[in-house]
Amino acid sequence: MSEAITPSDFPVAESGLRPPASVVTETGWVRVLLIAVAIAFLALFLVLPLVTVFVQAFAKGLDAYLAAFKEPDAHAAIKLTLITAAIAVPFNVVFGVAAAWAIAKFQFWGRDLLVTLIDLPFSVSPVVSGLIYVLVFGSQGLIGPWLIEHDIQIIFAVPGIVLATIFVTFPFVARQLIPLMQEQGTVEEEAALTLGASGWHAFRTVTLPNIRWGLLYAVLLCNARAMGEFGAVSVVSGHIRGLTNTLPLHVEILYNEYNFVASFAVASLLAGLALVTLVIKSLLEWRYADDIAAGARRH
Amino acid sequence: MPMSRHHGQTTFFGMRRSALIVAASAAMGLTSVSALRAQTELLNVSYDPTRELYKDINAAFSEEWKAKTGETITVRAAHGGSGAQARTVIDGIPADVVTLGIPSDIDSISKLSKKIDPDWRSKQPNGALPYTSTVVFLVRKGNPKGIKDWGDLVKPDVKVITPNPKTSAGGRWNFLAAWGYAYEQNAKDAEKANAFVGQVYKNVPVLDTGARGSTVTFAQRGLGDVLPTWENEAFLVFDEFGRDKFDVVVPPSSIYAEPPVAIVDANVDKKGTRKQAEAYLQFLYSDKAQAIFAKHHYRPIKREAAKTEDLALLPEIKLFKIEDFQGNWDDIQKKNFDNGGLFDQLGKQGH
Repeated sequence: MSEAITPSDFPVAESGLRPPASVVTETGWVRVLLIAVAIAFLALFLVLPLVTVFVQAFAKGLDAYLAAFKEPDAHAAIKLTLITAAIAVPFNVVFGVAAAWAIAKFQFWGRDLLVTLIDLPFSVSPVVSGLIYVLVFGSQGLIGPWLIEHDIQIIFAVPGIVLATIFVTFPFVARQLIPLMQEQGTVEEEAALTLGASGWHAFRTVTLPNIRWGLLYAVLLCNARAMGEFGAVSVVSGHIRGLTNTLPLHVEILYNEYNFVASFAVASLLAGLALVTLVIKSLLEWRYADDIAAGARRH
Repeated sequence: MPMSRHHGQTTFFGMRRSALIVAASAAMGLTSVSALRAQTELLNVSYDPTRELYKDINAAFSEEWKAKTGETITVRAAHGGSGAQARTVIDGIPADVVTLGIPSDIDSISKLSKKIDPDWRSKQPNGALPYTSTVVFLVRKGNPKGIKDWGDLVKPDVKVITPNPKTSAGGRWNFLAAWGYAYEQNAKDAEKANAFVGQVYKNVPVLDTGARGSTVTFAQRGLGDVLPTWENEAFLVFDEFGRDKFDVVVPPSSIYAEPPVAIVDANVDKKGTRKQAEAYLQFLYSDKAQAIFAKHHYRPIKREAAKTEDLALLPEIKLFKIEDFQGNWDDIQKKNFDNGGLFDQLGKQGH
């Protein structure tokens, strides 16, 4: 078996053994071409759309751009987006840390099932994520009639939007922390327990400090998605102006009202948020590479 | 090392506690807002193309209500495909009134949720129609494909942009208008009319969920040769995109489109907003509102209240009522658009 495999068949497998130069078998122009294709692809599908957002947003000057944010509906959308993130993100931090801690530090029956369940929101279409809440909380839904009797409005109101956002952003924290915590193992916690710390004390003073940068990184991604989620929120929102429209929904409404400048202006706010997220994320990766390495490799 | 760890941990907890405080105060802020909101807000759940219309109507109503009663009232609006909007009312959006694109959507709410009195059409003047409309064609400037009448939509090289009749009222009116045209052309032969509609939908490359989605597809994204659409929507594109890019073609005959209004009885009784909701719908029949309808290119039922220059844009054409051909709205909806209806059968024939 081993005689049949020559280094030229599997140049990559050799990378650890020989200097990198010998790994590249392509001629110079092939390399240039491949790099050019990759850069062209990036420019066309990532940079160009992003630039377009800002160009369109400023198409009619700074005044028109700023006017988009003076609308009461825009204020309401910004406020709702911030409220949604301010509830969804801390919620996911608490439950994400708890889930990651349980999964990474303990062995129990159904552990693999729990990991799969945590991943579920990533694999389900956001529209379905929204519809399940309509099916549960809608007036024709499972507990809808009970909610109506008690005058509780879940969907087509802020609670539904928050719930849908929590659902779609649930995996971010847990998925980031599980590999990190697994890599760190349980040695330090065991030492703390041996020295007489209570479980809670060990968690607070040993586990949490170990994962803080990974956690911050996860919070960042979770927040970006919480503010940017469209599909699931669109289903449960009801699109009531000034009441249940988040920023992404507001962008769509403005676009559909031929208000392209305002639409792209608000979109540029979201794009700006994404850029800030990206910068902080890169800074974290650069500064605390080791602390977040295990998790970061997944992204 | 232990020192720095410890330091990191306290910062960490400080941060999380403040985040929780933000969340808690946000939640409290919400409840106080909803307490303030009670009684003085109405929600009008409407169909897709009425966004600009109800912005004006709602402002005019709030002003009049304030002058009359001293009460400040905010009318909020939600827009989307008419069928999709009916669905949100059924699923529990707290709408006080619905102003939808087609009678069968209000019937659906009444039937499936019992939130609207089944006799809703007799509760408002003129069969609950404060205005009517029709379907005209928006084409590219100069009408390069020479589209003059419904018969031109089945030409093999014509691409037709129309919304999905399952979710959009405009889509249903387009469907029924094409059917009604063929029915009259073929000496009232329903089979031939069915076949004609099938031909039209073979020329449809994309079905959006609402009329506004189709307009954006046609006008902004540049797809298709003809957009059969609400008269008001065609003129809005004129105003928004400039008259140098499009022409409006008014066919010799089209459909009498009926976008009706109704009170959502269960919701207003629960919220205690019946008085305001009734006043809002009555306002739609006032001279002031009628003039606003005409300004936005809808056909007012009181023509004398509208400006002559607005009326001049709404040409007199032969309008047929689909009820005269297909019976009542229950039958029309069932025969054409319910699961297994004519529209679904078109899909099965390899559309």
